[in-house]
Amino acid sequence: MDAVRIQGLTKRYKDVTAVDHLTLDIRQGELMSLLGVNGAGKTTTVKMLSCLTQPTEGDAVLLGKSIVKEPHEVKKQIAVSPQETAVARGLTVRENLELMGGVHGFDKEKQQAKMTELTALLGLREVLHKKAGKLSGGWQRRLSIAMALISEPRILFLDEPTLGLDVLARSDLWDIVRALKGRVTILLTTHYMEEAEALSDRVAIMKDGRLILCDTPQAIKERAETDSFEQAFIRIVKGVAQ
Amino acid sequence: MRMLTFAGRNVKEILRDPLNLAFGLGFPLVLLALMSAIQANVPVPLFEITQLAPGVAVFGLSFLTLFTATLIASDRGSSLLQRLYTTPLTPTDFISGYTLPVMPLALAQSAICYLAGTFFGLEITVNMLSAVVCALPVAMLYIALGLLCGSVLNSKQVGGICGALLTNLSAWLSGVWFDLELVGGAFKKIAYALPFVHAVELERAALSGELSACLPHLWWVLGYAAVLFAAAVLLFLRQMKNQ
Repeated sequence: MDAVRIQGLTKRYKDVTAVDHLTLDIRQGELMSLLGVNGAGKTTTVKMLSCLTQPTEGDAVLLGKSIVKEPHEVKKQIAVSPQETAVARGLTVRENLELMGGVHGFDKEKQQAKMTELTALLGLREVLHKKAGKLSGGWQRRLSIAMALISEPRILFLDEPTLGLDVLARSDLWDIVRALKGRVTILLTTHYMEEAEALSDRVAIMKDGRLILCDTPQAIKERAETDSFEQAFIRIVKGVAQ
Repeated sequence: MRMLTFAGRNVKEILRDPLNLAFGLGFPLVLLALMSAIQANVPVPLFEITQLAPGVAVFGLSFLTLFTATLIASDRGSSLLQRLYTTPLTPTDFISGYTLPVMPLALAQSAICYLAGTFFGLEITVNMLSAVVCALPVAMLYIALGLLCGSVLNSKQVGGICGALLTNLSAWLSGVWFDLELVGGAFKKIAYALPFVHAVELERAALSGELSACLPHLWWVLGYAAVLFAAAVLLFLRQMKNQ
């Protein structure tokens, strides 16, 4: 069954068409990566799907709820970890998690249970009482993902989750994302080709707001006749391979 | 419940910033002490404690604009608001969550200011309670300005415009630090067309127990607060929609 059904999704800003009639389905439990060069329309797509921006045309149905007609219902099923680290800097890690649990209407018992689960999953126990603003970039990213997961989302949007992280922190986050695969439907945007290849069930490539290809990493490499996923991406975006 | 969680977070952020305490409480109290010391040596009617304490209380409240605007602007800058917009929090939750937690802070701030005034000769009367209650519409005015500025300015701009320009402008046009009658002319007319001097007059009237004298000033303050709040809500919703 499809968790996300996108039909002709379009976003125009005055003269610029940021996303142009995007049609795409994401299956439940699937990890789909959205790739494209800067300005391809990835972040705008995520913003529309997470009800931050209204589409100019088209619609997307997330677990049976329309982003145009039922955004409030959609918001109960999703969570977003934005591109920039979106944490309350003056609050401790624990308070940040309580904030997200609280705004989703969880009672104290449920908040506690989720916090125990997530601190174990993301290894946050040692920093639980530290202020978020004092954490390193890697820890802030972990916290950012934990804040997204505390609401038990069925669909998770990860916008450039490893941007600016060192190799070890990135590897740790990959392990966390792998642990979520199958349980949560994930739409990941990234500029790192190796990240998309390592984590994704399927990859959607966008250019100038349009979807130009959607397939498994292996099939994309075969189509571009190369063993390197990065090369395959470059060939497809440049139009050398179809 | 959702709104209260968000409001609770906002209180923590405001109270944990030492600069907020320094500006909101420390600075006005130092000024109160300093002016009272000057008054002891060179008496001036404007700086009698019954005139000075309400003025300093309003001056302290003017920093609420800075607190509120800084919080909103930094939330916008860090994408925290963007994250929260994808949760079931409604626009009303956001606006209430930024506004309501500042009200008890305003009450506490005024109460502390008047209590500090007792060390410089201010009598403890029931009118002090009226003055603290009258601080609420004044707080509403400054919070609305903060909501408005935080919705359109970034953190750096908020520091300059709310931290320096607005607090100074509000102080000059309030009649706390110099007598507006002495300046007269257009300056006085502008000052009385704006709400800041009315906020101070409202507090002075409440503290002296002249409740009927409060009313005209109260309408000025409430009128400006309502208009500014409506504009702030519209601008906040616009930036929310423009994500």
